[in-house]
Amino acid sequence: MKDTQGKEIVATFSGSLDQFDLTVNFTLPAQGVTALFGRSGCGKTTVLRCLAGLSRTKTGYLSVKGQIWQDKDRFLPTYKRPVGFVFQEASLFPHLSVGENLVFGQKRASEQARQRTNIISKDNLVELLGLGDLLNRSTHHLSGGERQRVAIGRALLSGPELLLMDEPLAALDRFSKDEIIPYLDRLFKTLDIPMIFVSHDTEEVERLADHMILMDRGKVVSTGSLSEVLSDPALFIAEGPKTSSVIAVEVMSFSEADRITEVRTEGGSLQIPGRQGEIGSKHRISIAANDVSLAREQPSETTILNILPARILDIHLLDGARCNLLLSIGHEDENGARFLARITQRSLRKFDFAIGQNIYAQVKSVSMVGAKS
Amino acid sequence: MWDPIWITVKLAFVTTVILLALGTPVGWWLARSKAWWKEAIAAIVALPIVLPPTVMGFYLLIALGPDSPIGQISTEIFGRALPFTFAGLVVGSVIYSMPFVIQPIRNAFEAIGDRPLEVAATLRASRLDSFFSVALPMARPGLLTGAVLGFAHTVGEFGVILMIGGNIPGETRVLSVAIYDHVEALEWGQAHILSAGLLVFSFVVILSMMMLEKKLGRRLR
Repeated sequence: MKDTQGKEIVATFSGSLDQFDLTVNFTLPAQGVTALFGRSGCGKTTVLRCLAGLSRTKTGYLSVKGQIWQDKDRFLPTYKRPVGFVFQEASLFPHLSVGENLVFGQKRASEQARQRTNIISKDNLVELLGLGDLLNRSTHHLSGGERQRVAIGRALLSGPELLLMDEPLAALDRFSKDEIIPYLDRLFKTLDIPMIFVSHDTEEVERLADHMILMDRGKVVSTGSLSEVLSDPALFIAEGPKTSSVIAVEVMSFSEADRITEVRTEGGSLQIPGRQGEIGSKHRISIAANDVSLAREQPSETTILNILPARILDIHLLDGARCNLLLSIGHEDENGARFLARITQRSLRKFDFAIGQNIYAQVKSVSMVGAKS
Repeated sequence: MWDPIWITVKLAFVTTVILLALGTPVGWWLARSKAWWKEAIAAIVALPIVLPPTVMGFYLLIALGPDSPIGQISTEIFGRALPFTFAGLVVGSVIYSMPFVIQPIRNAFEAIGDRPLEVAATLRASRLDSFFSVALPMARPGLLTGAVLGFAHTVGEFGVILMIGGNIPGETRVLSVAIYDHVEALEWGQAHILSAGLLVFSFVVILSMMMLEKKLGRRLR
């Protein structure tokens, strides 16, 4: 449990807070974007607050990159933790201008943190977040998206070693969300700061996260890479009607004639309509479990483009008529990209599908999620 | 005629300054503390609103008089007990106007809520730092309201002053007492001038406060 390399975030929080019982325990690599995911009211925000030191459970342990922030006899107060925190509402200081809000934390950051900020200078950040025209304005007439961008910039300029975001997009309407996501994408690519963000929106998570902590009723259910957690057929998120898996792919070629992009992943390749980025660029695709059907023999008479040889790794019966199958692309081994298929239990019996069996998966539609370098 | 006006303004000013210095930390504590007995303190602070000024003046007279412990201390230091001095009026006014200053300040601090202070903490501001750089500026409308109400309320003070201050011309005779004296002496003209002056003053104070509050409130929302 101890982080000896100084490259991890190790956290344990247990106790009751505001009549809510929390028992969490996780270790994360201190890099990349982690989604803290789960239903509303499962304790995600509380965990984030514990990480920032805004809430304190009876017992807890927290170390970030080898620095102990909390243990039996220590509790580093929030203002001494090098965290950036973005709340659900932007919570800009109303008595300060946009520019003054931005530098509030920067002015107070330690010398060490200020040097970290050199990685991203104020001018650079203002540029990245598109805040140039707003600096001298008061915060009162900003749009929701603008406010949240200022809040993110303000948190980043304090030179955090860990960025925490509590559903930063939840309070925004569709338009503001679409406006802000590209900024976030750019930031995440540019910055070398580990980030943990709370979300209950699958789409947001698929687009932004590398790792995932799945929570349910105050407990951590699963921790791992995004695709691992999303394609675990035994987890409750695999039971929802919109369950989907995420696969990392690389663009191989684009056929001008019929405008089809071919992408490669572990164990095979897929075809996606339209031009999907430069050759060699890396992306994520999302496959809805309901869009996958199975065949024992390679189907020939079909309009479906993507027919992937695959192996059944796991079968998980759901309540009702359906079941989830975990598949790995390729017939040779089980190291291919993994995704879920949702079929009826009647079909499962009819075709006598079994774990370890090689089959053909017909993927009716594949969608691109946010571009990731 | 100018003596009572000058004494009144001086008294109201000194009282307001003391109450702001005292009321800000107390108002902050009342707004933020989770102690179960804080409402008892709040009730004590609010007591002067309902207590008849004569009752308060009577107890103050006893508490500050030469035979009381406080009276003995003040005799040691100033050479005399506080009643019938300007300092005594200040003590009385501070207590008398206390709720009118502390209540708006407390409300303003409560209205800020936890969030801005949490944000400040995540931006490396210590508790003291966030008090001065976030809480105080955000509570400015409340501080202003408290100051104006405290000042105006002290100007209108009568009962307590009469009980502890007496009526020493040039030292403790304030406006309200002067008006009372003029009426007693059937000097209606003088009473009219001072009363009308106070009426206009009060109206202007209330009006400008409402307007300022509206302006500041809009800025801070």
